[in-house]
Amino acid sequence: MLETISQFWGQYGGLLLEGTRDTLIMVFISTLFAYVIGLPLGVLLSITQPHGIWPHKWLNRILGWIINVGRSLPFIILMIAIMPFTKALVGTKIGVPGAIVPLVVSAAPFIARMVETSLAEVDAGVVEAAQSMGASNLQIVWKVYLPEAVPSLILGASISIITLLGYTAIAGAVGAGGLGDLAVRYGYQRRVTSMMVVTVIFIIILVQVIQSVFSWLSTKLDKRLR
Amino acid sequence: MSLPIIQIQHLNKTFGTGEAAVHALEDINLEVQAGEIFGIIGLSGAGKSTLVRCMNLLERPTSGSVVVDGKDMTKLSVKELRKARKDISMIFQSFNLLMQRTALDNICFPLELVGTPRAKAVARAKELLDLVGLGNRAGAYPAQLSGGQKQRVAIARALATDPKVLLCDEATSALDPTTTLSILDLLKELNQKLGVTVVVITHQMNVIEEICHRVAILDHGVVAEQDTVEEIFSNPKTDIGRQLVYPNGVRIDQLPPAQVIRVAFNGGSSYEPLIASLAIDCGVKVNILGADTRNMDGKAFGTMLLGLPKDPKEAGKALDYIKSQPDITVEEVSGHA
Repeated sequence: MLETISQFWGQYGGLLLEGTRDTLIMVFISTLFAYVIGLPLGVLLSITQPHGIWPHKWLNRILGWIINVGRSLPFIILMIAIMPFTKALVGTKIGVPGAIVPLVVSAAPFIARMVETSLAEVDAGVVEAAQSMGASNLQIVWKVYLPEAVPSLILGASISIITLLGYTAIAGAVGAGGLGDLAVRYGYQRRVTSMMVVTVIFIIILVQVIQSVFSWLSTKLDKRLR
Repeated sequence: MSLPIIQIQHLNKTFGTGEAAVHALEDINLEVQAGEIFGIIGLSGAGKSTLVRCMNLLERPTSGSVVVDGKDMTKLSVKELRKARKDISMIFQSFNLLMQRTALDNICFPLELVGTPRAKAVARAKELLDLVGLGNRAGAYPAQLSGGQKQRVAIARALATDPKVLLCDEATSALDPTTTLSILDLLKELNQKLGVTVVVITHQMNVIEEICHRVAILDHGVVAEQDTVEEIFSNPKTDIGRQLVYPNGVRIDQLPPAQVIRVAFNGGSSYEPLIASLAIDCGVKVNILGADTRNMDGKAFGTMLLGLPKDPKEAGKALDYIKSQPDITVEEVSGHA
């Protein structure tokens, strides 16, 4: 048994480590950029609602519509559809850089909705209190909405990251690298079942670790739980 | 108490339009004098919260003027309005503290909004915490504080920018009676010490009674009456006024001009035999004008308001009889309770 494991590791260990590294790079860089786009979008979506602090009916509708379109496209179709855009932006359609663009495009609307939901949990009374003190809308966003929603935003981030992890595996199917790529090329195409099993185990472990860390962080930072 | 600090004229507020329009406030005229504690009382849905929100323009009036400290709030630009709001603080029924900030940082919040340097803000916040009696809870988060303590933090936060007016929107409605009194005492103290004008919105008459100088009664979006608290209490002129002052329908000065006594039951036998035996033993009939009694384990607790017969001899007989009963205390009630 031990011998089989050591033999397997000797043959594929390097590939697995490289795949894990690629997956993590893709997930974290695309999460970062997706938040750079999704967070402000989510905030805008939230504050432009009819009862928001900056009601703008049409802006809210248009944003909501764009976000819904983004979210209704299955990732694999979106990835192929925007390939020319990807190439123009990062110079390649494949590999880790080529995967990050569609990952960001796909995750940003998802994140915008997550952020909107998190901000909706902030007590309207607290926002009203800030208004009564003469806070500007920008101050309310920075000093009330975002800090008050931190625990919820962190839980939302864990869901977003895990969703992106799933997308990277799909991206792997079209040559993006990472664990998904290994599962397809070795596990499926070359019939190396053990490789399929091991990549799946790796992905499960990643999901568990990410979820645990973020849940712990959210609880730790939530001052309501005392 | 000289110049009106808040002057509301012909204020109307309508929500919605056309047939669905709701007239929340209609032709409101009010004056709040600088330095007084002014109460606005009304039943749920009377428009109290809308009215108080028109004072700092959290709600924009449909028409009419709201002059606070010489400025017509309805005519200010967004920026001017934000500045004016620093002089009109507000506390709320649900406290509305920032849950992810400590008590100290909650009080620093309005100071941060105006760009006060951190060290100065912290010093001021500590001073205010001492003022509201929470000097030792600076590092506590709202979740670690009781309701009364949260409201104290909210009051400290409201005072951070040295406001001229403090608006209290049902500030004690979520608190138990003892805590309510302590918060009202604090408001009274701050009014005297700092000279801050206090506007109190409430549905509880005892809040008005406890701290207000003058009161306006709001009923279905209109001011039914407006006067000193003494005047409203002794002589309410409108139905809604009477309803609020005498919630149980007992109005002593409208009773026959006989002697009225309040009988308190301190856990003796049930109260019914008292009235019955009074009639049987003394042959005296009394009127039960009101009663707030409860039976616990067959024992009577509470008070009863009795009208004695007009005949002084009979009244005296009844009084002596009642006074001789165990576990009962008797107190004479003057014409105006």
